[in-house]
Amino acid sequence: MSYTEKELKEELDNKSYEFGFVSDIESEKAPIGLNEDIVRLISSKKNEPQWMLDYRLESFRVWKEMSEPNWAHVKYTKPDFQNISYYSAPKKKKELQSLDEVDPELLRTMEKLGISIEEQKKLSGVAVDFVMDSVSVATSFKEKLGELGIIFCSFSEAVQNHPDLVKKYMGSVVPHTDNYYSALNSAVFSDGSFCYIPKGVRCPMELSTYFRINESGTGQFERTLLIADESSYVSYLEGCTAPQRDENQLHAAVVELIALDKAEIKYSTVQNWYPGDAKGVGGVYNFVTKRGICGYRSKISWTQVETGSAVTWKYPSCILKGDYSIGEFYSVAVTNNFQQADTGTKMIHIGKNTKSTIISKGISAGKSQNSYRGLVKIGKGAKNSRNFSQCDSLLMTDQCGAHTFPYIECENPTATVEHEATTSKIGEEQLFYCMQRGISEEKAISLIVNGYAKEVLNKLPMEFAVEAQKLLEISLEGSVG
Amino acid sequence: MSELLIEIKDLECRIDDQKILQGLNLKINKGEVHAIMGPNGSGKSTLSSVLAGNDNYEVTNGSINFLGEEISEMSPEERSWKGMFLAFQYPVEIPGVSNINFLRTALNERNKFYGIDSIPAKEFLKMVAEKSELVGLNNKLKNRSVNEGFSGGEKKRNEIFQMAMLDPKLSILDETDSGLDIDALKIVANGVNKLKSSENATVVITHYQRLLDYIVPDFVHVLHEGKIIKTGDKSLALELEKKGYDWLKTDSNI
Repeated sequence: MSYTEKELKEELDNKSYEFGFVSDIESEKAPIGLNEDIVRLISSKKNEPQWMLDYRLESFRVWKEMSEPNWAHVKYTKPDFQNISYYSAPKKKKELQSLDEVDPELLRTMEKLGISIEEQKKLSGVAVDFVMDSVSVATSFKEKLGELGIIFCSFSEAVQNHPDLVKKYMGSVVPHTDNYYSALNSAVFSDGSFCYIPKGVRCPMELSTYFRINESGTGQFERTLLIADESSYVSYLEGCTAPQRDENQLHAAVVELIALDKAEIKYSTVQNWYPGDAKGVGGVYNFVTKRGICGYRSKISWTQVETGSAVTWKYPSCILKGDYSIGEFYSVAVTNNFQQADTGTKMIHIGKNTKSTIISKGISAGKSQNSYRGLVKIGKGAKNSRNFSQCDSLLMTDQCGAHTFPYIECENPTATVEHEATTSKIGEEQLFYCMQRGISEEKAISLIVNGYAKEVLNKLPMEFAVEAQKLLEISLEGSVG
Repeated sequence: MSELLIEIKDLECRIDDQKILQGLNLKINKGEVHAIMGPNGSGKSTLSSVLAGNDNYEVTNGSINFLGEEISEMSPEERSWKGMFLAFQYPVEIPGVSNINFLRTALNERNKFYGIDSIPAKEFLKMVAEKSELVGLNNKLKNRSVNEGFSGGEKKRNEIFQMAMLDPKLSILDETDSGLDIDALKIVANGVNKLKSSENATVVITHYQRLLDYIVPDFVHVLHEGKIIKTGDKSLALELEKKGYDWLKTDSNI
């Protein structure tokens, strides 16, 4: 493990937002505002086929008719959708064959993010598809994956090279009519990742993508489509960092997972978008639609560590359609200062003998508001289905809030649904005990919080678990009051 | 010539509006064992909390000189780094944090303070093996979460294990005997005795003479209404066992 105390100290010394820098790369931007012409412009910039443009235009028409949802337990100034540029791509001079051809400034950015592609390639066996603003500029390990028939590329490439797969599955789990933000995303999505694991293939490495908002005022509309064909397995990691900004940045991603019969998808996220400053100024709005569908005996497991964003609105969900399918949701959501999070999951049991597990750990500090919102729905045909939910809240101050909104809809009498919830405040006695042993308050908080979140952190792949621990620590600095 | 470890002078403190310590004086030299006894509510546990730096208590007067340094304004962790250790009467549970990780963090934080490198894993584990043997700590407890689901005896033994790991200059045992059966008491006392040296000192806070059969004190102090009203040797504890505290209370009122 590369993590040392020294590194930790350096990080603790640096109190401001760690990744709050802006890289100076020329980018090509669309004019501000949103109308049909912009949708057409995005599509033509990406040289898309007609069917893709039609999908975008149809989504745009649907979006115009919709209004922004306001049922979530969050308060914010609604973004002005006409004051955002919907497309920004780093200027590309030519196709890149190796890292030497990558803009050195971009390489530096990646290094600051701790990605260091070379090192990642060598050490961790992680194929990195790095999304800078909206266009993927560096993809590695493609060849190795290619040998197994695994497709891992940017969404735009998939549209060009694998149109049949995209056409078949795009919108099949999150239809463009699903909600306000998914409709918007479907109209203007810039890029994202596409992944296909063929039948019976076990992806030998963790796939990861790093998203990053880079251009001031550019909305980021990522789109991820991940298909695990029958009896395949894949573990996918997604990590986010964003530079410091005064104005609010909108992030409305759509992630669709398809686990066909007997397939397994493990999807892990560490989300660290800029949360705004200590006074609540700035920060990213993170309105994400994530959903997966399970076939017969398949399994989808969502693990998320959410520390960033000013406002989070996110419910990674599973549709358990196939008999004996399994859905899991493990979440740690940290809010500090004026952050607001409304996050949770939906487990929709349709098939017989389906099983779902929800473990949610909320941590609220400062004056933040942290809500768990979850739906467990057992359909008429979901005989012998089981759900277990555990929602814990940890309060760090007297001024923050923790809320739990569990919804249970059960239409089948043979199902078993369990819900457990606890709320606790970080104990002065615990802190004093640690301090008496020579552990400073900040470090003690981090120990206690990491212990509290351990059940979830343990579900993350190793390299992510370490990063996530550091994030929790940084996010909660000076948070006990 | 014995060397002074800690000197408490005219110490007064309060919690909320209640005065607890009211002019306490105590001197402890290296190599000594002091027992502090006294009726309920006399301020015994407050004294241990105040020495460890619990900021729920406000020191309103007096001084605490520890190894030549005034510490009454010092943070609890710095006192710990300087060699102050409190074995808690009620050790808290920290779910999800392994005992081992907890101690490694504690040692590394101290090293950091003194500008020493983190302790290498191998060395650390060797130390854990040695010290746990010394205090008879069950192997499986080391990897469990700090005090979580430990029995009363296990918690106390774990306190002594932590004490062994941190090797403090001054150890304050706050009613370490409470809730222990006689076998557990012997094991804990045995551990404490093994850790005794000419370089450190121990303060044993207790209600009962029994513990002092195993950890033999050089001095016994009686605390009453936030003051030490009587100091004697081991025989004073035996006398208290027989006569209770009332005869002293009357004395002090004169």
